[in-house]
Amino acid sequence: MSLAQSSAILPERGGVRGSLSDTVWRKPTLLLLLMLAPPVLWLGIVYLGSLFALLLQSFFSIDEFSGLINREFTFKTYGELLRPSNIDIIVRTVSMAAMVTLAAAVVAFPIAYFAARYARGKWKALFYLGVMLPLWSSYLVKVYAWKLILAKEGILTWLFAKLHLTWLIEAWLSLPIVGGNSLSVSFTGTFVVFVYVWLPFMILPVQAALERVPQNLVEASSDLGATPAQTFRNVLFPLALPGIVAGSIFTFSLTLGDYIIPQIVGTSHLFIGQAVYAHQGTAGNIPLAAAFTVVPIVVMGFYLWGAKRMGAFNAL
Amino acid sequence: MKSFLKSCTAIALAVSFTGQAMAQVKEIGAGEGQVNIVAWAGYIERGETDKAFDWVTKFEEASGCKVNVKTANTSDEMVALMNEGGFDLVTASGDASLRLIAGKRVQPINIDLIKSWSTVDDRLKDAPWHTVDGVHYGVPYMWGPNVLMYNTDTFKEAPTSWNVVFEEMDLPDGKTNKGRVQAYDGPIHVADAALYLMTHKPELGIKSPYELNEDQYKAALDLLRVQRTLVGRYWHDAFIQMDDFKNEGVVASGSWPFQVNILKSEKQPIASVFPEEGVTGWADTTMMHVDSANPNCAYMWMEHSLASNLQSDLSVWFGANPSVPAACTDGRGMQTAEGCTTNGMDNFEKVHFWTTPTSKCASQNDQCVPYYRWVSDYIGVIGGR
Repeated sequence: MSLAQSSAILPERGGVRGSLSDTVWRKPTLLLLLMLAPPVLWLGIVYLGSLFALLLQSFFSIDEFSGLINREFTFKTYGELLRPSNIDIIVRTVSMAAMVTLAAAVVAFPIAYFAARYARGKWKALFYLGVMLPLWSSYLVKVYAWKLILAKEGILTWLFAKLHLTWLIEAWLSLPIVGGNSLSVSFTGTFVVFVYVWLPFMILPVQAALERVPQNLVEASSDLGATPAQTFRNVLFPLALPGIVAGSIFTFSLTLGDYIIPQIVGTSHLFIGQAVYAHQGTAGNIPLAAAFTVVPIVVMGFYLWGAKRMGAFNAL
Repeated sequence: MKSFLKSCTAIALAVSFTGQAMAQVKEIGAGEGQVNIVAWAGYIERGETDKAFDWVTKFEEASGCKVNVKTANTSDEMVALMNEGGFDLVTASGDASLRLIAGKRVQPINIDLIKSWSTVDDRLKDAPWHTVDGVHYGVPYMWGPNVLMYNTDTFKEAPTSWNVVFEEMDLPDGKTNKGRVQAYDGPIHVADAALYLMTHKPELGIKSPYELNEDQYKAALDLLRVQRTLVGRYWHDAFIQMDDFKNEGVVASGSWPFQVNILKSEKQPIASVFPEEGVTGWADTTMMHVDSANPNCAYMWMEHSLASNLQSDLSVWFGANPSVPAACTDGRGMQTAEGCTTNGMDNFEKVHFWTTPTSKCASQNDQCVPYYRWVSDYIGVIGGR
């Protein structure tokens, strides 16, 4: 018995390296801890740390008289956030993000479907190139280009004039809210540019989801007498939905946070990002800027919770 | 940002510490080999953007001081960088300069050591944004007005008042100005509205467009709400504004001579005017850090900034006005008397130079609306509230 024990438990190896190796071997959790510590610290300090510093700021307030920051815990800044003009900004941003997401999904689905089902070989490569190429060029260049395309004396107006459809643009622009002086000075313009810029982020996850839908399910559906519309509704769409939701996380959150596009194309009505930028600049109203940034965090929190329930994270 | 808030308190403190001149440089010795400058983008050019615009190379050759530039985009950034230290000079605007003096980040300048001081524009020598109790804290660099830019096809005669951008009316071509005018997308534009009211509603008693009490402020916001119905898009970026004048049918807007000069050089039907109400504007000063590590090179640069082609060429480059009037005419650079007139050289008295509004103000018994409220309310106005 004693002989068997002594052979089962070997004597410790000498030396620092030896004993270190033994300790790590005996306690696997220690190894895991050592390997995880750097990324966790990075995430904890750099990311969450700054996030909490920001959250903390939003509970301070600015002194009305002197403009100094009052470092005492208060909900006053959140009260300011609920002023009508600030509510306007939040509603405007969230509804724009929702609409952009919806439109991006509608435009992306057929493209992704074609790529997943029909494109083969070099066409597939061309598809990837086509989708990714806009992502490689500068974001600003694309937005400025769109400003010129949508301008009152721009190429789109010219095209519509040639087609004798100027009345169509004018009728659209005379509508309240979506209208304006020209396409580039209206919410319609902002919307179009947003959809264009974030589209690749929708196409890729949808395509990934569609690739995973087995072809035989679609065939079985039509064998059983379903019309293409029924197949789409009952087979294809539910199976692709996680991909769409995954893509919508990108388009929704990116629209929610952007502050450059509405500054270049649009009516100068502020979006959340711009409001944050304005308040933290010369104004020195850091608490209100921080409270504004909490809004997208909360909205995205709910969004991700909903997305998780729909299985979006399996499609990423 | 914290530094800005701190300096607000510091301004109050500085009032009680007036007249205390800090130690200043007595003589200029040999150069230290380099000078570090915080400057606005485009302010210090060494011919890399455009070969014709170079006011650094010759200085480096003559003085042996290598010029290192750190560009800043806002006054707050400048103040923050100077608080951080490690720089010798800064081209501070009117709102930053007093903060820097109050925060004791800059040192008094011995003007006897700057040979060309006598050539500086008399109107700028003792300007309140760099001279506190007779002590000079800097050398004037450049100044410029915010002019009314207009399309000469629409306006056969120059408009005389800012009313074309503030009130709904038919322009000389018979069409309304709705959707054809622009305004600056920054809270400081409230001052332009206040300036307009100074002439048109004297009963409000506005003394300075940067010092507004509640009633005056409310009147200015009401005016801006009317303006919102006329403006399709506010301008923020000079190049976007130029594009809007070319492609969006915009015909009148407050603007900088910079845009006017570029559009004119492109043969666009554009001109600018100083309306009867006066204009707002900016004035920058070269100031020296209190712990400057390269004081000799810094003094050499300040002298260079007044004596060389800098004043002349920079005023062309930036659409601004030189602080040395002779630079307009003596051919040291590309600027001409005509160019200076376009940039507003002769209208100095009409310019109300930019300062940060604070609640403490002399003209309204310290009952003024501070800048952070200008920001939140201007956001509301643009949002249609």
